[in-house]
Amino acid sequence: MSDTEKKAIDPITLAVLAGRMEQIADEMDATLFRSAFNPIIAEAHDASHGLYHAQTGDTLVQGKSGLPIFVGVMAFAVKTVIEKAARDGDLADGDVYMFNDAHLGGTHLSDMRLVRPFFYDGELFCYLASVGHWHDVGGAVPGNYNPTATEVFQEAFVLPPVKVARAGVLQQDIVDIVLRNTRLPQSALGDFNGQMNALDLGVKRLDALLAEYGAQTIDAALTALGDRAETLLRAEVSALPDGRWEAVDYLDNDGISDKPLPIRVALEIKGDRLSIDFTGSAPTAAGPINISEGTAIACVYVAIKHIFPSLPANAGVMRPIDITIPKGSVLAAEFPSPTGGYTETILRMIDVIFSAASQAAPDRVVANAYGTINALSIAGHRADGRRWVMFSFYGGGHGGTPEGDGLNHGNAPISTATIPPAEILEAAYPVMFSQWALRPDSAGAGRHRGGMGAIYEIELLEESAEAFLFGERGRFPPKGVAGGANAALNRFSYEQDDGMHTPRLDSKIVGVKLKRGQRVRLETPGGGGYGPPSERDPQAVARDVRLGLVSAEKADADYGKAWRGAAA
Amino acid sequence: MNRSGHKGSMVGVDVGGTFTDIFVLDEATGKASVAKVPTTRPDQSGGFLNGIRSQVPDLADIVSVVHGTTAGTNALLERKGAKIGIITTQGFRDVLEMRRRDRPRTWGLRGNFEPVAPRDMRLEVPERTLADGTIHTQVDLDAVRKAGEALVAAGAKAVAVLFVNAYANAANEQAAVAALRELWPNEHVSCSSEILPEIREFERFSTTALNAYLQPEVAGYLDRLARALSEGGFAGEFMIVQSNGGVMSVDTACRLPVRTALSGPAAGVIAAGYIAQSAGFPNVITGDIGGTSFDVSLIADGQSMLSPQTSIDFGLVVRTPMIEIATIGAGGGSIAWVDKGGLLNIGPESAGSDPGPAAYGRGNDRPTVTDANIVLGRIDSERPIGGGLTRLDVEAARRAIATHVGEPLGLDVEKAAEAILTVANSRMAGAIRLVSIERGFDPKQFAYMPFGGGGALHACALIAEVGLARGIVPRYPGVTSAMGCVIADMRQDFIQTINAPTQSADEEALGRLMQAHVDEGMRLLAAAGVAFAGEEIVFELDMAYLGQTHTVAVPLPARIEAGKVAAPTRADIQTAFDAAYLRVYGRLLPGGVTRVLNLRSAVIGKRPKFDLSTLAPDADASMEAAKRGTRRVYFAGEWRETAIFERLKLPVGAAIPGPAILEQPDTTILIEPGVTGTVDRFGNVVLAAQKE
Repeated sequence: MSDTEKKAIDPITLAVLAGRMEQIADEMDATLFRSAFNPIIAEAHDASHGLYHAQTGDTLVQGKSGLPIFVGVMAFAVKTVIEKAARDGDLADGDVYMFNDAHLGGTHLSDMRLVRPFFYDGELFCYLASVGHWHDVGGAVPGNYNPTATEVFQEAFVLPPVKVARAGVLQQDIVDIVLRNTRLPQSALGDFNGQMNALDLGVKRLDALLAEYGAQTIDAALTALGDRAETLLRAEVSALPDGRWEAVDYLDNDGISDKPLPIRVALEIKGDRLSIDFTGSAPTAAGPINISEGTAIACVYVAIKHIFPSLPANAGVMRPIDITIPKGSVLAAEFPSPTGGYTETILRMIDVIFSAASQAAPDRVVANAYGTINALSIAGHRADGRRWVMFSFYGGGHGGTPEGDGLNHGNAPISTATIPPAEILEAAYPVMFSQWALRPDSAGAGRHRGGMGAIYEIELLEESAEAFLFGERGRFPPKGVAGGANAALNRFSYEQDDGMHTPRLDSKIVGVKLKRGQRVRLETPGGGGYGPPSERDPQAVARDVRLGLVSAEKADADYGKAWRGAAA
Repeated sequence: MNRSGHKGSMVGVDVGGTFTDIFVLDEATGKASVAKVPTTRPDQSGGFLNGIRSQVPDLADIVSVVHGTTAGTNALLERKGAKIGIITTQGFRDVLEMRRRDRPRTWGLRGNFEPVAPRDMRLEVPERTLADGTIHTQVDLDAVRKAGEALVAAGAKAVAVLFVNAYANAANEQAAVAALRELWPNEHVSCSSEILPEIREFERFSTTALNAYLQPEVAGYLDRLARALSEGGFAGEFMIVQSNGGVMSVDTACRLPVRTALSGPAAGVIAAGYIAQSAGFPNVITGDIGGTSFDVSLIADGQSMLSPQTSIDFGLVVRTPMIEIATIGAGGGSIAWVDKGGLLNIGPESAGSDPGPAAYGRGNDRPTVTDANIVLGRIDSERPIGGGLTRLDVEAARRAIATHVGEPLGLDVEKAAEAILTVANSRMAGAIRLVSIERGFDPKQFAYMPFGGGGALHACALIAEVGLARGIVPRYPGVTSAMGCVIADMRQDFIQTINAPTQSADEEALGRLMQAHVDEGMRLLAAAGVAFAGEEIVFELDMAYLGQTHTVAVPLPARIEAGKVAAPTRADIQTAFDAAYLRVYGRLLPGGVTRVLNLRSAVIGKRPKFDLSTLAPDADASMEAAKRGTRRVYFAGEWRETAIFERLKLPVGAAIPGPAILEQPDTTILIEPGVTGTVDRFGNVVLAAQKE
């Protein structure tokens, strides 16, 4: 896109084009969701699509239905491609770059990125990109959540940006290499085709839109949308008081050595500018709790958009924000540090941003959500020798809000993923859920208490299997804000011949052997409370007790005895 | 009116929030008539009967009354269903409350959810069935009885039995239901395998629980209507429109009220499809502009699209086949505003009908889409439609637009009003693209049919923006749903989860299931006591490649002779899958193993159709009679003297070049410059771009 001769665009055309371009990205999302083979994309919508700036890679437009954390992180993937294309000097219409390298494009190796330049009238106009979480990309642990990895090589195979299509011609060699490196080649091929189809569709729709409005108008609209997003955030920030607020929270451990990792933030508002500084956070870890700098920056965007939900999904939003990610920290890890558990770290970043921001604007910010993805996999072989892997993420409570109690059993703030039904899991794998329930006493007390976490108890129906868990919040509970109390800890336990056990690292464990009839039990945290518990309506406390969500003992401890006289 | 002979009138009734619409077809003369009367509250049967009597004084002359109702939808949205109890598998009492671990909105982490049965009304009993149908733990019937008694004591008016994996084996649920029937004080005892024998516990439990929640309410309402009708001398059949666009007997509706969730809108789409097809447009997209929303639906080749489930509200999931209606929050009452970044937005906040647009003068001073139409002269401020108001306050509308849109954007009032309409039209066009282009349909092959009161103001703009072939404004757009009641076929849907690889599917068992669905469907058709012009039976399998979770609907050709189903072979099934998959995705997966998830069957009783030309204008209609003078209307930056016509007095064949406005009691049709509106032989106004 040329930066010269920018024409001012009239506000009406702009409003129309904003919707038209967002619809293109939405439609790319829908194309992949429908045709994907793996449930992580098809059901959990762990994918995203958008349009990116031809020179800077900045996000221009992103779909509404994609995974929140990808809104922002994709720009880093496109920047990587732009740099490579500049080095190689061979960018052509019809090229598609493909890679999963987390240190170049953000997030973790499970996320396969496809980036395609879009040419109009022979000129590079912008980039289109598609990212989706593949079911398996090799490595030591099926599903790629390996808590004991100390290098990316133990997590998955690493594909740097390569052209999987050259000027419209598919490079079958590359596809063959990729498919030879996954336990589930059919699933991978299905997802790859779905992503290619989504990019094709994006090109077709953009061609039509540019033919209708002309490249100059679209270009002007994209520039204006970025400018307006910037103005919008400046206006929001200006309405908050100037000042500096800090917060710190901890990750349990990195899965290798048993020591907590601080995530520290200082948030500063000066007029219409916002600075967010993570200096003082833990150094790069041995285990897979690291994230790349790109992921860290994208995560700030997610937190900001939760605080100001009307902000659009484009890079203009980030212009008034100064972000400091310290070099050598767990938030700016270099190749080949493992990044498989990146979800846990970015959830903690969001928590500390909320905790700091709630001091600045207590009426706008919600308490911490349950704060761990709880990637639990159980794997084994059936009587006939077939391998099975049940891999899923589990839910917990949302934080209390200025308006009311937190949502029970929600999805993680970085995701919009839904959980597969127990019946689908039982039909596909030799397990029986003996409990799938809300977890009483798991939420933080407050004027508005947190939402409840959950209890999932799973019994093995086959001869033997192994269980793996990658979780967090086993030692540091989700925090309340504005005087609200903390929620309960995450608890994992597993049955052996001599009874129930908990893992040494609390929230992470590899290869626990299970026999037929033995159970694993996951009790997830609720959300933190909002506002002082003493301000909670005694009738609401009495109702929680009547419904069995809060025990009488915990109610007494958190709220005093006033509820005992109140009508539930 | 027909007082002699066996033929009588068929009556369609659609009860809305403000008006009750009546459509009467006299079968003897073929003549149709329509009426609009105020809806009575809280007992809607008053308006219902008044409306019918205004057209047919003696209810004995009526052979059937078909009702499109929003009673179920409203009870869900307003949470006014009955107090219900749930009896469920040990360890699973919270499924309804936990949902599928979703959240109300992606951004903001706000919002909460209350299930229709609170936690202390959800009781657990020992029992367990495994995924393959094996009974792992027999149901403890003493525990079931104890739970039932506790729920009765707590005031439950209905009870739903929700057991895990009951889709695979209903024995435990059925035993529990039998035990409960002995002690439950009324007939409202149901279980999930009876309402929806399909895998996925949350969706099945939710549908069953919502059904129980609606049973007492909807059964009571329909019972009051049935009684009032029979006391008035009505001795014909009383039927209810389902969300799938078919009708069911009132008995079925009382048993399965959850199937009425989209009853009213579905009837409208059915009528729209029939009108369009009669007028020569088998492909049509309907648009209904309400106060707060715009509802779009697509009919291809005369067939409405059905979606397998919908959320009535966050967490209130109903899984039964429904006419697919896409909704966006942009209606006549949607508020136009400029955000802090300077971008013009429409909605989602709405002034609704109360306080309504600024021009209503009821306390809202922010501009709405309707205000923009008023300011530009498209709505006659001296003769507002929809009743209630005698005139509209144009100055208030101008002030609202100037303050909230014109000044922030630096536009004069007219330009600002035009901007509001452009952005609103663009959002509505987006909804139309969503149901057409995004599903692989080419809009050029589709006509657009606005219905409801406000739709015809925006029709020309939407046709131009999306590239639709034509517009068709039905003669009575305000009573489309009532008309649909008279047109709709009778339809029974069935589903059963199979969950087996195609290669090892049990052909005989599948044949038996298909037969059972056909037998039950035919029994229900026969029990309704209605004459049919024919029957149609449709089978579909939900199928996918192993590992895929989204299924493809695979139409299954089946031979039925003398009511007996010949079961398809595995090869038949595979061939049908390949054809369906190719159609959707363009290529098959070589060597892919396929799986049959569900069998879906529909048994349809075709109702005799009536000739829409009976709605055509009378012979004495003429251009002269229709002319109402002119008024100034703003188009594309200038005020133009625009001809006004009385729509119902226009003769067949009248061709009106835009700019023009056609008015009738319940709608206003805007013909924009460059478009001609022609009255066809059914009395529809067909909008088409003028040839250059």
